[in-house]
Amino acid sequence: MVVRALRDTLAITWRNLIGYRRVPQLLVFSTVQPVIFVLLFRYVFGGAIDVPGPIPYVDFLMPGVFVQTVVFGALATAIGLAADMKTGLLERFRSLPMARSAVLAGRTFADLTRNVFVVLLMVAVGFLVGFRIHTDAIALIAGILLLLFFGYAMSWIFATVGLSLGDPETAQAAAFPVLAPLVFASTVFVPLERMPGWLQVWAEHQPVSVTASAVRALVLGGPTASLVWQSLAWGVGILAVFAPLAVRRYRRAV
Amino acid sequence: MADVAIEVEGLKKRFGDVIALDGVDFSVPERSVFGLLGPNGAGKTTAIRILATVLEPDAGRASVLGYDVVREPDAVRRRIGLAGQFAAVDPNLTGRENLRLVGLLTQMASPAIMPRAAELLARFDLIDAADRPARTYSGGMRRRLDIAAALMPRPPVLFLDEPTTGLDLQSRNELWDMIRELVHDGTTVLLTTQYLEEADRLAQRVAVIDGGHVIANDSPAALKAQLGSAVAELGFEDEAAAENALALLAAPYAGVEREGATVRLSTNEGPRVLIDVLRDLDGAGLAPSTLAVHEPSLDDVFLALTGRHAESVEAADEPMEGKRSRRRGAA
Repeated sequence: MVVRALRDTLAITWRNLIGYRRVPQLLVFSTVQPVIFVLLFRYVFGGAIDVPGPIPYVDFLMPGVFVQTVVFGALATAIGLAADMKTGLLERFRSLPMARSAVLAGRTFADLTRNVFVVLLMVAVGFLVGFRIHTDAIALIAGILLLLFFGYAMSWIFATVGLSLGDPETAQAAAFPVLAPLVFASTVFVPLERMPGWLQVWAEHQPVSVTASAVRALVLGGPTASLVWQSLAWGVGILAVFAPLAVRRYRRAV
Repeated sequence: MADVAIEVEGLKKRFGDVIALDGVDFSVPERSVFGLLGPNGAGKTTAIRILATVLEPDAGRASVLGYDVVREPDAVRRRIGLAGQFAAVDPNLTGRENLRLVGLLTQMASPAIMPRAAELLARFDLIDAADRPARTYSGGMRRRLDIAAALMPRPPVLFLDEPTTGLDLQSRNELWDMIRELVHDGTTVLLTTQYLEEADRLAQRVAVIDGGHVIANDSPAALKAQLGSAVAELGFEDEAAAENALALLAAPYAGVEREGATVRLSTNEGPRVLIDVLRDLDGAGLAPSTLAVHEPSLDDVFLALTGRHAESVEAADEPMEGKRSRRRGAA
């Protein structure tokens, strides 16, 4: 049983990764867009943004961009599942003697694998535009693992969205209003202190900000434990709510 | 009599207010082709989806090779192949990769997968395209790949949902030959179709479905015997002329009816009857302005069985189709 689930999950992961290789648009969308944000904020808006302390803005910016990258990347989970539903592939999968869990597990593992690639690429882009870590390589690796876990949890939100909507274009359109307040009303690009008080309440505690702050603390130094735990708690909480929801949607989706 | 491969009893399924299946019964002997014939929305696809364990019925019972589709879905899944109406292949995988994926997911032994894929690619004339992504395939090629995928694990029971819809004549004939070959080799095939001709050519037995009910269950020959082998449509100048023609023809000939300015006549006796009919009409000064003769269609079966024309019931079938068209409507 376990062997079958593993083998089926690997098979679905394999076919999803081939999809990324053959339809580079999705990958380009999830890499070019964050690169544009890096250039825009590093060279255009950055000069107008004050960050607390002696840290250069680029060092503040990059951990935020990493989080933005995995959050927008999770959209691909919704698009992929909605497309499988629309083409009738999910129907075929349901008629096969395969592990029921493999479709969702294989989809999210493929998206996790893609995130590894995209995050490493963004770290390299960061170094090119002057980003420097103030701690050590181990802290950077810890930060990347935290990002990947958070991105994996976000994938399950979007798995639920994709399976509920069943159409890739609709899923893409529906996702933006959800993502915008998470990514932009956050400490991804600007420090908390510059926002109005009512917004600070949201921007300080919402999951994207917490994760950005945790990664920032890891690579720039400062107290990390509380922020890392908060980010992990958000990730676990999101998984606890949305993994069962996605599984339920999958059972009903034909 | 051969053993029963598929048994369906009192199957019911509704989607919201729409009743897709309202107590359907039929059984399919092993090593035969059984046709489910009906217009769009009659419930054919719903029946196939339940048998393929994709949907669960609200009431009734269905079994495949003795395994209950609700209680033993995994045992059923190990014995069936499903090729749907909407060729369900991964557009980003090549033909060969699609077959490999299905081989893996049907728990075939790894060393058997690639040789079986190669064999099916050759059989379905997809060798040249085998290593191209399926999104570059024509509709006919995609359909062939879909059926090849369904055949990967050599399932003893095959479900084909409108396998030839959208295929050109040549692909259709090739597919028909292939289905006959499979049955000859021992496969049981349940297919849905909107075409009487298709059911006639392939199936040993046909259930006609209408509005979620089986309204006839017979051999194609017996169905056609009720209809006549040919239908003649005589078009007249106006309804009055058509009414006069009807009055003239209804007495000597059976199976005559009028619709608007058209008089339809089904016959078993072929051209002889037409000559007589035209002579009678000419003698009464009622020469028709148009004349067409065709083989009886699903519509003619419906007319004979229900006294009304086969109408597609949009949205009555298949939640997916319904959702799709609604979405298209909203876009």
